[in-house]
Amino acid sequence: MNLYKYAAPANFYPLAGKLIPWFAIPAAILFVVGMYIGFFVAPTDAQQGDAYRIIFIHVPAAWLGMFLYVLLAIYAAIGWAFNARLASMMATSLSITGAMFTFLSLVTGALWGKPTWGTWWVWDARLTSSLILFFLYIGFISLQSAIEDDRRADRAGALLAIVGVVNIPIIYFSVEWWNTLHQGATIRILDKPTMAPPMLAAMLIMLAACWLYSVAIVLARVRCIILEREQNVARLAEARA
Amino acid sequence: MSWAEFISMGDYGFYVWGSYLVSLIAIGGEIVFLWKRKKRLQESARD
Repeated sequence: MNLYKYAAPANFYPLAGKLIPWFAIPAAILFVVGMYIGFFVAPTDAQQGDAYRIIFIHVPAAWLGMFLYVLLAIYAAIGWAFNARLASMMATSLSITGAMFTFLSLVTGALWGKPTWGTWWVWDARLTSSLILFFLYIGFISLQSAIEDDRRADRAGALLAIVGVVNIPIIYFSVEWWNTLHQGATIRILDKPTMAPPMLAAMLIMLAACWLYSVAIVLARVRCIILEREQNVARLAEARA
Repeated sequence: MSWAEFISMGDYGFYVWGSYLVSLIAIGGEIVFLWKRKKRLQESARD
Protein backbone atom coordinates (compact mmCIF):
# COMPACT_ATOMS: atom_id res chain seq x y z
CA MET A 1 0.00 0.00 0.00
CA ASN A 2 1.33 3.39 -0.92
CA LEU A 3 0.68 5.70 2.03
CA TYR A 4 1.78 8.80 0.12
CA LYS A 5 -1.31 8.41 -2.00
CA TYR A 6 -3.31 9.70 0.99
CA ALA A 7 -1.46 13.01 0.95
CA ALA A 8 -3.78 13.92 -1.92
CA PRO A 9 -6.99 15.46 -0.55
CA ALA A 10 -9.14 13.53 -3.04
CA ASN A 11 -7.76 10.21 -1.77
CA PHE A 12 -7.78 11.22 1.87
CA TYR A 13 -11.44 12.29 1.77
CA PRO A 14 -12.98 8.78 1.63
CA LEU A 15 -10.31 7.36 3.99
CA ALA A 16 -11.14 10.01 6.62
CA GLY A 17 -14.81 9.18 6.22
CA LYS A 18 -14.12 5.52 6.98
CA LEU A 19 -11.91 6.34 9.98
CA ILE A 20 -14.34 8.69 11.78
CA PRO A 21 -16.61 6.05 13.43
CA TRP A 22 -13.54 4.18 14.75
CA PHE A 23 -12.74 7.23 16.84
CA ALA A 24 -16.19 8.73 17.46
CA ILE A 25 -17.81 5.59 18.92
CA PRO A 26 -15.00 4.75 21.41
CA ALA A 27 -14.96 8.45 22.36
CA ALA A 28 -18.66 8.38 23.25
CA ILE A 29 -18.25 5.16 25.26
CA LEU A 30 -15.20 6.47 27.14
CA PHE A 31 -16.96 9.78 27.94
CA VAL A 32 -19.75 7.80 29.64
CA VAL A 33 -17.33 5.45 31.46
CA GLY A 34 -15.10 8.34 32.56
CA MET A 35 -18.02 10.36 33.90
CA TYR A 36 -19.41 7.31 35.70
CA ILE A 37 -16.10 6.58 37.46
CA GLY A 38 -15.56 10.28 38.11
CA PHE A 39 -18.91 10.80 39.82
CA PHE A 40 -19.87 7.39 41.24
CA VAL A 41 -16.61 5.56 41.99
CA ALA A 42 -14.02 8.25 42.77
CA PRO A 43 -14.22 9.34 46.43
CA THR A 44 -14.66 12.89 47.71
CA ASP A 45 -11.30 14.67 48.04
CA ALA A 46 -10.07 15.21 51.62
CA GLN A 47 -8.95 18.80 50.94
CA GLN A 48 -11.18 20.10 48.17
CA GLY A 49 -14.40 18.18 48.80
CA ASP A 50 -16.38 17.56 45.61
CA ALA A 51 -15.10 20.70 43.87
CA TYR A 52 -12.11 18.68 42.66
CA ARG A 53 -14.42 16.72 40.31
CA ILE A 54 -13.97 19.58 37.82
CA ILE A 55 -10.53 18.03 37.20
CA PHE A 56 -12.04 15.29 35.01
CA ILE A 57 -12.81 17.83 32.29
CA HIS A 58 -10.40 20.64 33.21
CA VAL A 59 -7.14 18.70 32.86
CA PRO A 60 -8.08 16.86 29.63
CA ALA A 61 -9.25 20.17 28.11
CA ALA A 62 -6.02 21.91 29.08
CA TRP A 63 -3.84 19.09 27.75
CA LEU A 64 -5.75 18.90 24.48
CA GLY A 65 -5.55 22.68 24.10
CA MET A 66 -1.75 22.48 24.28
CA PHE A 67 -1.32 19.23 22.36
CA LEU A 68 -3.56 20.27 19.47
CA TYR A 69 -1.65 23.54 19.17
CA VAL A 70 1.67 21.70 18.76
CA LEU A 71 0.02 19.41 16.21
CA LEU A 72 -1.44 22.45 14.41
CA ALA A 73 1.99 24.08 14.21
CA ILE A 74 3.60 20.87 12.88
CA TYR A 75 0.91 20.45 10.20
CA ALA A 76 1.09 24.14 9.29
CA ALA A 77 4.89 23.92 8.99
CA ILE A 78 4.70 20.80 6.80
CA GLY A 79 2.03 22.46 4.66
CA TRP A 80 4.26 25.47 4.21
CA ALA A 81 7.63 23.76 3.75
CA PHE A 82 6.48 21.00 1.39
CA ASN A 83 3.60 22.88 -0.21
CA ALA A 84 1.28 20.10 1.05
CA ARG A 85 -2.33 21.28 0.81
CA LEU A 86 -3.77 18.54 2.99
CA ALA A 87 -1.39 19.30 5.88
CA SER A 88 -2.45 22.96 5.82
CA MET A 89 -6.10 21.92 5.80
CA MET A 90 -5.44 19.73 8.85
CA ALA A 91 -3.96 22.76 10.64
CA THR A 92 -7.07 24.79 9.84
CA SER A 93 -9.30 21.96 11.01
CA LEU A 94 -7.35 21.56 14.28
CA SER A 95 -7.60 25.26 15.13
CA ILE A 96 -11.33 25.18 15.94
CA THR A 97 -11.16 22.13 18.22
CA GLY A 98 -7.99 23.41 19.92
CA ALA A 99 -9.61 26.79 20.56
CA MET A 100 -12.71 25.04 21.95
CA PHE A 101 -10.66 22.95 24.41
CA THR A 102 -8.55 25.94 25.48
CA PHE A 103 -11.73 27.94 26.06
CA LEU A 104 -13.06 25.04 28.18
CA SER A 105 -9.86 24.86 30.23
CA LEU A 106 -10.15 28.60 30.99
CA VAL A 107 -13.85 28.49 31.90
CA THR A 108 -13.65 25.30 34.00
CA GLY A 109 -10.50 26.68 35.60
CA ALA A 110 -12.37 29.84 36.62
CA LEU A 111 -15.23 27.72 37.97
CA TRP A 112 -12.69 25.74 39.97
CA GLY A 113 -10.69 28.75 41.11
CA LYS A 114 -13.65 30.56 42.63
CA PRO A 115 -14.44 27.98 45.35
CA THR A 116 -10.83 26.88 46.00
CA TRP A 117 -8.84 30.13 45.65
CA GLY A 118 -11.67 32.59 46.24
CA THR A 119 -11.25 34.22 42.83
CA TRP A 120 -12.33 33.51 39.24
CA TRP A 121 -9.09 34.77 37.78
CA VAL A 122 -5.56 35.85 38.69
CA TRP A 123 -2.91 37.21 36.35
CA ASP A 124 -0.35 34.57 37.21
CA ALA A 125 1.95 32.69 34.85
CA ARG A 126 -0.16 29.57 34.24
CA LEU A 127 -3.43 31.39 33.70
CA THR A 128 -1.98 34.22 31.63
CA SER A 129 -0.03 31.89 29.32
CA SER A 130 -3.19 29.78 28.85
CA LEU A 131 -5.11 32.91 27.90
CA ILE A 132 -2.36 33.75 25.40
CA LEU A 133 -2.79 30.26 23.93
CA PHE A 134 -6.48 30.99 23.42
CA PHE A 135 -5.61 34.30 21.71
CA LEU A 136 -3.12 32.49 19.47
CA TYR A 137 -5.89 30.17 18.31
CA ILE A 138 -8.26 33.09 17.77
CA GLY A 139 -5.49 34.95 15.93
CA PHE A 140 -4.84 31.95 13.68
CA ILE A 141 -8.54 31.54 12.90
CA SER A 142 -9.17 35.24 12.18
CA LEU A 143 -5.98 35.61 10.15
CA GLN A 144 -6.95 32.67 7.95
CA SER A 145 -10.50 33.85 7.45
CA ALA A 146 -9.32 37.39 6.64
CA ILE A 147 -7.17 36.26 3.69
CA GLU A 148 -9.06 35.39 0.54
CA ASP A 149 -6.46 33.19 -1.15
CA ASP A 150 -6.31 29.79 0.61
CA ARG A 151 -2.60 29.15 0.16
CA ARG A 152 -1.63 32.66 1.28
CA ALA A 153 -3.88 32.21 4.31
CA ASP A 154 -2.11 28.91 5.03
CA ARG A 155 1.33 30.53 4.90
CA ALA A 156 0.35 33.47 7.11
CA GLY A 157 -1.31 31.11 9.59
CA ALA A 158 1.76 28.84 9.60
CA LEU A 159 4.04 31.75 10.48
CA LEU A 160 1.82 32.75 13.41
CA ALA A 161 1.42 29.13 14.57
CA ILE A 162 5.17 28.41 14.51
CA VAL A 163 6.09 31.58 16.40
CA GLY A 164 3.36 30.82 18.95
CA VAL A 165 4.80 27.38 19.80
CA VAL A 166 7.19 29.13 22.18
CA ASN A 167 4.20 29.66 24.47
CA ILE A 168 3.60 25.91 24.99
CA PRO A 169 6.63 25.14 27.23
CA ILE A 170 5.89 28.37 29.09
CA ILE A 171 2.40 27.07 29.96
CA TYR A 172 3.67 23.61 30.80
CA PHE A 173 6.51 24.65 33.11
CA SER A 174 4.90 27.83 34.46
CA VAL A 175 3.92 26.10 37.71
CA GLU A 176 7.55 25.18 38.32
CA TRP A 177 9.26 28.35 37.09
CA TRP A 178 7.13 30.88 38.90
CA ASN A 179 5.23 31.11 42.14
CA THR A 180 1.63 30.61 41.25
CA LEU A 181 -1.74 29.91 42.80
CA HIS A 182 -2.18 27.06 40.37
CA GLN A 183 -1.36 23.66 41.81
CA GLY A 184 1.58 21.69 40.42
CA ALA A 185 1.29 19.01 37.79
CA THR A 186 -1.14 16.25 38.73
CA ILE A 187 0.76 13.68 36.71
CA ARG A 188 4.51 13.50 36.30
CA ILE A 189 5.88 10.87 34.02
CA LEU A 190 8.66 9.71 36.33
CA ASP A 191 6.95 10.12 39.72
CA LYS A 192 4.21 8.15 41.33
CA PRO A 193 0.81 9.74 40.76
CA THR A 194 -0.42 11.89 43.62
CA MET A 195 -4.08 10.93 43.20
CA ALA A 196 -6.24 8.03 44.38
CA PRO A 197 -6.46 5.34 41.65
CA PRO A 198 -10.16 5.87 40.72
CA MET A 199 -9.59 9.64 40.42
CA LEU A 200 -6.60 9.05 38.20
CA ALA A 201 -8.48 6.44 36.16
CA ALA A 202 -11.44 8.79 35.56
CA MET A 203 -9.11 11.59 34.48
CA LEU A 204 -7.11 9.39 32.10
CA ILE A 205 -10.28 7.89 30.59
CA MET A 206 -11.68 11.38 30.03
CA LEU A 207 -8.37 12.37 28.46
CA ALA A 208 -8.58 9.39 26.09
CA ALA A 209 -12.20 10.29 25.30
CA CYS A 210 -11.28 13.91 24.50
CA TRP A 211 -8.38 12.75 22.35
CA LEU A 212 -10.55 10.30 20.36
CA TYR A 213 -13.22 12.97 20.02
CA SER A 214 -10.63 15.40 18.67
CA VAL A 215 -9.46 12.94 16.01
CA ALA A 216 -13.03 12.26 14.90
CA ILE A 217 -14.16 15.89 14.75
CA VAL A 218 -10.93 17.10 13.08
CA LEU A 219 -11.27 14.41 10.39
CA ALA A 220 -14.92 15.31 9.89
CA ARG A 221 -14.03 19.00 9.57
CA VAL A 222 -11.13 18.42 7.21
CA ARG A 223 -13.58 16.62 4.91
CA CYS A 224 -15.69 19.79 4.84
CA ILE A 225 -12.59 21.89 4.17
CA ILE A 226 -11.59 19.61 1.29
CA LEU A 227 -15.07 19.99 -0.20
CA GLU A 228 -15.02 23.76 0.21
CA ARG A 229 -11.56 24.28 -1.21
CA GLU A 230 -11.40 21.66 -3.92
CA GLN A 231 -14.88 21.44 -5.35
CA ASN A 232 -14.01 19.46 -8.45
CA VAL A 233 -11.56 17.07 -6.84
CA ALA A 234 -13.91 16.49 -3.94
CA ARG A 235 -16.81 15.62 -6.21
CA LEU A 236 -14.64 13.04 -7.86
CA ALA A 237 -13.80 11.60 -4.45
CA GLU A 238 -17.46 11.55 -3.49
CA ALA A 239 -18.25 9.59 -6.63
CA ARG A 240 -15.55 7.05 -5.82
CA ALA A 241 -16.29 6.74 -2.08
CA MET B 1 -25.52 9.13 48.69
CA SER B 2 -28.96 10.67 48.16
CA TRP B 3 -30.07 12.43 44.99
CA ALA B 4 -30.09 15.82 46.75
CA GLU B 5 -26.55 15.26 48.03
CA PHE B 6 -25.43 14.30 44.55
CA ILE B 7 -26.86 17.50 43.05
CA SER B 8 -25.42 19.72 45.77
CA MET B 9 -21.88 18.25 45.43
CA GLY B 10 -21.08 19.34 48.98
CA ASP B 11 -22.27 22.88 48.14
CA TYR B 12 -19.96 23.01 45.11
CA GLY B 13 -22.81 22.03 42.78
CA PHE B 14 -22.85 25.34 40.89
CA TYR B 15 -19.14 25.08 40.05
CA VAL B 16 -19.05 21.36 39.31
CA TRP B 17 -22.27 21.18 37.26
CA GLY B 18 -21.53 24.56 35.71
CA SER B 19 -18.23 23.18 34.41
CA TYR B 20 -19.86 20.15 32.86
CA LEU B 21 -22.75 22.16 31.44
CA VAL B 22 -20.34 24.55 29.70
CA SER B 23 -18.37 21.53 28.40
CA LEU B 24 -21.53 19.93 27.05
CA ILE B 25 -22.55 23.15 25.29
CA ALA B 26 -19.07 23.69 23.81
CA ILE B 27 -18.60 20.13 22.53
CA GLY B 28 -22.25 19.78 21.47
CA GLY B 29 -22.05 23.17 19.75
CA GLU B 30 -18.94 22.14 17.84
CA ILE B 31 -20.68 19.00 16.59
CA VAL B 32 -23.89 20.85 15.61
CA PHE B 33 -22.01 23.61 13.74
CA LEU B 34 -19.95 21.07 11.82
CA TRP B 35 -23.04 19.03 11.00
CA LYS B 36 -24.74 22.15 9.60
CA ARG B 37 -21.63 23.02 7.61
CA LYS B 38 -21.67 19.54 6.08
CA LYS B 39 -25.40 19.75 5.29
CA ARG B 40 -24.87 23.10 3.57
CA LEU B 41 -22.07 21.65 1.45
CA GLN B 42 -24.12 18.64 0.46
CA GLU B 43 -27.00 20.87 -0.60
CA SER B 44 -24.80 23.16 -2.66
CA ALA B 45 -23.18 20.11 -4.31
CA ARG B 46 -26.59 18.91 -5.47
CA ASP B 47 -27.43 22.21 -7.19
